[in-house]
Amino acid sequence: MSSYTSTLGGHRYRFDSLARLLAAASPERSGDRLAGLAADSAQQRVAARWALAEVPLAQFLAEPVIPYEDDDVTRLIVDTHDLAAFAPVAGLTVGGFREWLLSEAADAAALAAVSPGLTPEMVAAVSKLMGNADLVAVARKVRVVTAFRSTIGLPGRLATRLQPNHPTDDPAGVAAALLDGLLLGSGDAVIGINPATDSPRAVRDLLELLDGVIQRYQIPTQSCVLCHVTTSVDLMERGAPVDLVFQSIAGTQAANASFGVTLGLLDEAYAAAGELNRGTVGRNALYFETGQGSALSADAHHGVDQQTVEARAYAVARRYDPLLVNTVVGFIGPEYLYDGRQILRAALEDHFCGKLLGLPMGLDICYTNHADADDDDVATMLTMLGVAGASFVICTPGGDDIMLNYQSASYHDALYLREVLGLRPAPEFEAWLDGIGLLDERGAIRDVSGTAHPLTAIGKELAA
Amino acid sequence: MTDRQLASVADDLTMWAALRRHTQARIGLGRAGSALPTRHRLELQAAHAAARDAVHSPFEPEVVAAGLTGEPTVRVRSAAGDRLTYLQRPDLGRRLDDIDRAHLPGGDWDLVFVVADGLSSRAVHEHAAPMVRATTALLDPGVRVAPVILAEQARVALGDDVAHAMGAAMVVVLIGERPGMSAADSLGAYLTYAPRPGTTTDADRNCLSNIRPPLGLTYETAASKLAALMGRARELGLTGVGLKDESDSLAPPLPGPSSGALPPNPRSSNAGGAG
Repeated sequence: MSSYTSTLGGHRYRFDSLARLLAAASPERSGDRLAGLAADSAQQRVAARWALAEVPLAQFLAEPVIPYEDDDVTRLIVDTHDLAAFAPVAGLTVGGFREWLLSEAADAAALAAVSPGLTPEMVAAVSKLMGNADLVAVARKVRVVTAFRSTIGLPGRLATRLQPNHPTDDPAGVAAALLDGLLLGSGDAVIGINPATDSPRAVRDLLELLDGVIQRYQIPTQSCVLCHVTTSVDLMERGAPVDLVFQSIAGTQAANASFGVTLGLLDEAYAAAGELNRGTVGRNALYFETGQGSALSADAHHGVDQQTVEARAYAVARRYDPLLVNTVVGFIGPEYLYDGRQILRAALEDHFCGKLLGLPMGLDICYTNHADADDDDVATMLTMLGVAGASFVICTPGGDDIMLNYQSASYHDALYLREVLGLRPAPEFEAWLDGIGLLDERGAIRDVSGTAHPLTAIGKELAA
Repeated sequence: MTDRQLASVADDLTMWAALRRHTQARIGLGRAGSALPTRHRLELQAAHAAARDAVHSPFEPEVVAAGLTGEPTVRVRSAAGDRLTYLQRPDLGRRLDDIDRAHLPGGDWDLVFVVADGLSSRAVHEHAAPMVRATTALLDPGVRVAPVILAEQARVALGDDVAHAMGAAMVVVLIGERPGMSAADSLGAYLTYAPRPGTTTDADRNCLSNIRPPLGLTYETAASKLAALMGRARELGLTGVGLKDESDSLAPPLPGPSSGALPPNPRSSNAGGAG
């Protein structure tokens, strides 16, 4: 193991491994402090960044932060690394890599070409040298386009996940919230429910409800009931209408084990979802959620800081060509990301790292009520992530999820973002919105409250 | 507005009013441009303020003690000295302050109740004492119940430290859950058999969530589920994933996330959220 040193303010700082160096260089956050990995002082943090800037990118291939023999995510990263793709940046240090990423030479094509040659640790490292604006500027250049029944990630587009959760999975309650979201133009990324239980029966009922609405109104979107991957595989075998297979994933083998998943299980699910072939315009059929803090929470972080471990989860995700990946950025709580400032920083890091690694990154821009954050923080995050070119955001009625008890973006927030940045829904969904009379002459979502609209048939039937 | 338009608005309002019977979700809010109408924006802020205040309101152990009418109580603190530390350092919130540990009454206890402020002291002030009374009433007279411990800046696992230090065979932690915007006063109950600080994990506990009459679980229902779980725990010598809640027939449908052992997926396991 190498050691890394730098001198700042007359003091010589020493870091005993690449993992220690990465952790010390990370911006301040409560999770790294909780794990005992954070820099001891502001000066030590900057000293770590000076040292990190000098590290050659190739060193990350020589010194895995978690040993190859201990962890299957490390093995995945090492075994699938594409040396030819890495070649254009192979001679750079982390500091030089930052400057290359920000330069005109790194256009969309160059970034896409180098992506398979990048490891999560490299992109996490360079993110620690970047300001929030850097993270936006580079992520904005990266294009990742995926498709199932709608196309996600095209320039000038922003998709949304419509999240009609209900604390008891009551079908009428779910349908009411679904109608609300559709009338506000939401749902092109996915109509996705977090069920209250993982019971296959309950999941199947919800899948059939969503499939029924999608078919009846010919909506070019996909559904997902976010259950454990084994439940989805089981339901697919029994012929349930599974569009996307979901799983929460993390950046170490042990953290994935705490979710009850292995790479082998994900391989099986990937194969099974591919065989169903339910997409119309594309075949990306997986949906992953991640979030900083899950490895620490499972005591499975191996002394690696929470942002670097999070980036490793993206190496897992990219193996399966997902339609959607989102970080649930502020969900786990203030012991990992204390306030709006830390949540914003993490959101930008996650989006940047995921996109550079080739993923269709979206976000659940959210916070819990015991974090020091509010709806203004959501607005700030939305605006920055919209500028950064996020593929999609998660939206809930009024920004309040009554099942998971946390605050997220609202359907209104998505309307705001599309309006101020001139963003449009996924093209297939936009055409559907237009066909069903939900777009005005400017292409914006029409306010149909108080008018007879065909979709309100969903509501009238429920209300009757 | 024409008569026809007015009729449409009325129709629309009727529809949303009918739909709100099915969900507490904030549906049909209307729009001001792309944004929320003023009334709904302020309502959301009011709900968020109630949740924030619930998180930061100080725990008043005497409020709970007064509700316990005569039962002995002991006040303790965790190693997290203040709220800011508590929120960022769950490890400290799980550990007793060393001085307090030395003063706990040891004994041959079968059961100790730990009333922990968690993330909502409001939930604890309102619901903890009635829950202790309702549960105690269902126990066999032979069960030796320790003095009730009132714990400040406390996480669920603080109960392990308390029970171990007192020599209690089982612990019930009654704790204020993470406040949502529609419920800032939800109480959780966590049952652990043979707790050992440092080795007991969340998978070794059984959890009842959303105790919050009249909208959530009632004291009677929660207490009968808890008493049934305790009886099974004593027979089996364990709690957690090996002990399923089989008393569902007693209970109305749960209005909140499920009871029983905690599921492994963080996105679906926020029952309590005060771990």
